[in-house]
Amino acid sequence: MIKDIDFILNGKKVTIKVNPLSRLLDVLRDNLNCKDVKEGCSEGECGACSVLLDDRIVTSCLIPIGAVQNHEIKTSNYVTSTEKGKIIAEAFADGGAVQCGFCIPGMIIAAYDLLSRNSNPTEEEIRLGISGNICRCTGYDLIVSSIRLAVERGGDIWKK
Amino acid sequence: MDINDISTAVRRVDALEKCSGTAKYVSDYDFNDCLWSKMIRSSIPRGIIKNIRIPTLPDGYFWVDYKDIPKGGKNYLHMIATDWKCFAEHDVRYTGETIALLCGPDKKILEDLYKQVEIEYEELEPAVTIDEGLNCKGGAFVNDNNIHCHLKLQVGDVDSAFKKADRIVTETIETGFQEHVYLETNGACCKIENNKYVFYVSAQCPFYIRKSIAPLLNISPDEIIVKQTVTGGAFGGKEHFPDVLCGPLLVAVHKIGKGVKLFFTREEDMENSVKRHPSKVVFKTGLDKNGNILAMESKVYYNAGGYLSSSFVVLQRGCFHVSGCYEFPNFSSEGFGVATNTFPSCAFRGFGAPQTLFAIETHMCHLAEMQGLDPLEFKKRYFIKKGGITSTNGKVVEDVKIPEMLNQVLKTSDYKRKVKQYALGSGKGIGISFYNHGGAFTGNGEQAIIKAKCKLKKYSNGKVEILCGQTEMGQGFKTILPKIAAKVLNIPLIDVIYNNPDTSKVPDSGPTAASRSTMIVGKLVEKAALLMKERFNKEKEFEVETSYEHPEGYDWDQENFQGYAYLGYGWGVCVVEVEVDPCTGEVTTKGIWSSHDAGHLIDEKIVHGQVNGGVIQGIGWASTEVMENINGYFKQKSMSDYIIPTSMDYPSQYVDFVENPYKWGPFGAKGMGELVFNGSGAAYIDALSRAIGKRISSIPCPTEKVMEYMLNGKDIKDSLNICR
Repeated sequence: MIKDIDFILNGKKVTIKVNPLSRLLDVLRDNLNCKDVKEGCSEGECGACSVLLDDRIVTSCLIPIGAVQNHEIKTSNYVTSTEKGKIIAEAFADGGAVQCGFCIPGMIIAAYDLLSRNSNPTEEEIRLGISGNICRCTGYDLIVSSIRLAVERGGDIWKK
Repeated sequence: MDINDISTAVRRVDALEKCSGTAKYVSDYDFNDCLWSKMIRSSIPRGIIKNIRIPTLPDGYFWVDYKDIPKGGKNYLHMIATDWKCFAEHDVRYTGETIALLCGPDKKILEDLYKQVEIEYEELEPAVTIDEGLNCKGGAFVNDNNIHCHLKLQVGDVDSAFKKADRIVTETIETGFQEHVYLETNGACCKIENNKYVFYVSAQCPFYIRKSIAPLLNISPDEIIVKQTVTGGAFGGKEHFPDVLCGPLLVAVHKIGKGVKLFFTREEDMENSVKRHPSKVVFKTGLDKNGNILAMESKVYYNAGGYLSSSFVVLQRGCFHVSGCYEFPNFSSEGFGVATNTFPSCAFRGFGAPQTLFAIETHMCHLAEMQGLDPLEFKKRYFIKKGGITSTNGKVVEDVKIPEMLNQVLKTSDYKRKVKQYALGSGKGIGISFYNHGGAFTGNGEQAIIKAKCKLKKYSNGKVEILCGQTEMGQGFKTILPKIAAKVLNIPLIDVIYNNPDTSKVPDSGPTAASRSTMIVGKLVEKAALLMKERFNKEKEFEVETSYEHPEGYDWDQENFQGYAYLGYGWGVCVVEVEVDPCTGEVTTKGIWSSHDAGHLIDEKIVHGQVNGGVIQGIGWASTEVMENINGYFKQKSMSDYIIPTSMDYPSQYVDFVENPYKWGPFGAKGMGELVFNGSGAAYIDALSRAIGKRISSIPCPTEKVMEYMLNGKDIKDSLNICR
């Protein structure tokens, strides 16, 4: 079964002929060349494949592409080119949040999602906000403090 | 570079490309002209292959096995030993042993063909645990006793000292498997480019791969080029293990004449990859009338799995570290690498040291508690100092700053007040551990085996390129090494080029392992940069090369394992505080404080990140990371049933360091990537056992085991078994 699926990917309208049951992750990586979306566990546990679906975080390994029809998807490569996303990426870089980097695109999406809902999160709230994203390298501390750094650097931007 | 002190943090050179997701990991390459492949593996832990039914393969699909190894080629992977087969031939020693590689252009067709493969075995009874291996369950399959490897060490005279002892107690400490869970699973692609076999691979040690697989085709390692791709975590799991992918790929490409790629899914990776060696350490300790240690004997058993591969070296490190941060008047250790029908165990951060350090720390706590002493006060009696005799009858060359580090953590954690306040079994507990890690290869490894070389090249545009085989796998080396060069040459960091290694372009500077990269290769770069500095403004384009030189007077006897095993140790102290729910056994970690001696830090932020990650990985190993092997099959196969720490599990850590420049390291730096793993597990278990008032002698200790200890455990103050 092949269908036309229309959706907005990183600000651009795309139409793709694909089995609607294909995983969003595979379509993004294999058909649309979004290699910034990483596959870590294939079962929604690790968060490496996180993307924004209508500006809320989802794990793309669990979403069939059919469910994305007429919706909007954003990936980390696009998000880090936006004003808010840049602040997060720069804070991650300066704060020592990045080690092997495989979880980081998903972690950026989690941070973006969190700060869109909560412009001034506490440490507890940050830890909860990224709890769906597994990192094996950092022990999370410098990711948490980097997100705080992004909050401070962004100031009022997170209220917009 | 405009920083006064090399320790001042700089932004990691690879941070932004990893944020945007443009950093290219091996599965991000197209490799469109290459075939896909699926590994055919043994589905039983032990047996004889009776028959393999291969489905009819469509055109362009290939079955590759040991029969495809050309004449003169050898069916083994040359890791450290050469016993691990590339493809099983007649018998299988563990579930997941490679039998064949199925290759073809369409992933889905390949999947269908894979399901149609039928293998008949004559099944044999597997030995899975250390005890089953030692008892030769099902019959010995390595030597006549299932002992892959063995060593024995002694300081002083343990037997004579035992005769003088007031009492002798025994205790057994055990640790379990640990899975690396690097976020990026294993993957590799082999292509033919300009008549050479070229590998793109997620790996720690590109030169290891060449050496390991070249004998398969009976070719020179130079016929193989290994290009490391951005590597999404490794922790030892990509030290030798990539050979297990690259060997079959090489044979396949040789047979087919076309590129082939192989990527593991998470489930495949967890079920069929190396793990940390499970261990059992049996102590026999002689005490005098006042409870002082007269002598200690340790027998160290590591579950090495089906093949020896790198286990003897892991076992050696285990035995060299089993005396911990202590000097005992009489001490012996004897190590046994036990053959079992489990996936061969291999490198994992710490490389054999964490198991024995956990064992000695825990045993020391129990020796103290049974005498009603605070573990800290008891341990303090035996701290090793500069000039102290090590387990290999060498000496500690450097200042040991344990007292300073201890003062730091006592202050930050408020340890002494809390020890008084939290009664044993009160549900609250605080624990402490001491640990070290010998930096770089053991003994004469660096000067006799590795012989590291490194080059620096200056270009006419003023840029400088570092040429060496070290890899970035998350630990920060892509920033550390250029930082050293930039600081010495006083040029901007951005002017130093350091690409992922390509074995055809860089000299072999040895593996990225053993906490040796900063200490050894960092020093080679520092030395090369100093040589370059003299000529920098006079010459436009030139190259300098440096090679490892061992300081004189620090000898090592590799046959008897005697002498200076390590010239520089990293040292650590860790305090952990926990609270236990009396009804559910659920443990909440309330605080983690540590201090480490890594010499002079090359980059305080990178080192801080290493501490955070290592400490949490160590507590994971001791608590929730349960990996069981039931009858030869790993039970935990996914990230939903193998539980690694999340952001919610532990509080922010308090991280401290002491300054202790190492005279043979770059800017005084020592190795520390493994050190930071080595002690947190013991501190956590110390805290937990005090909180529940019960003696804990094996890890992992997840909630259900905490409950068991609470209900049926031995009181922490009970005497250990008295054998005399």
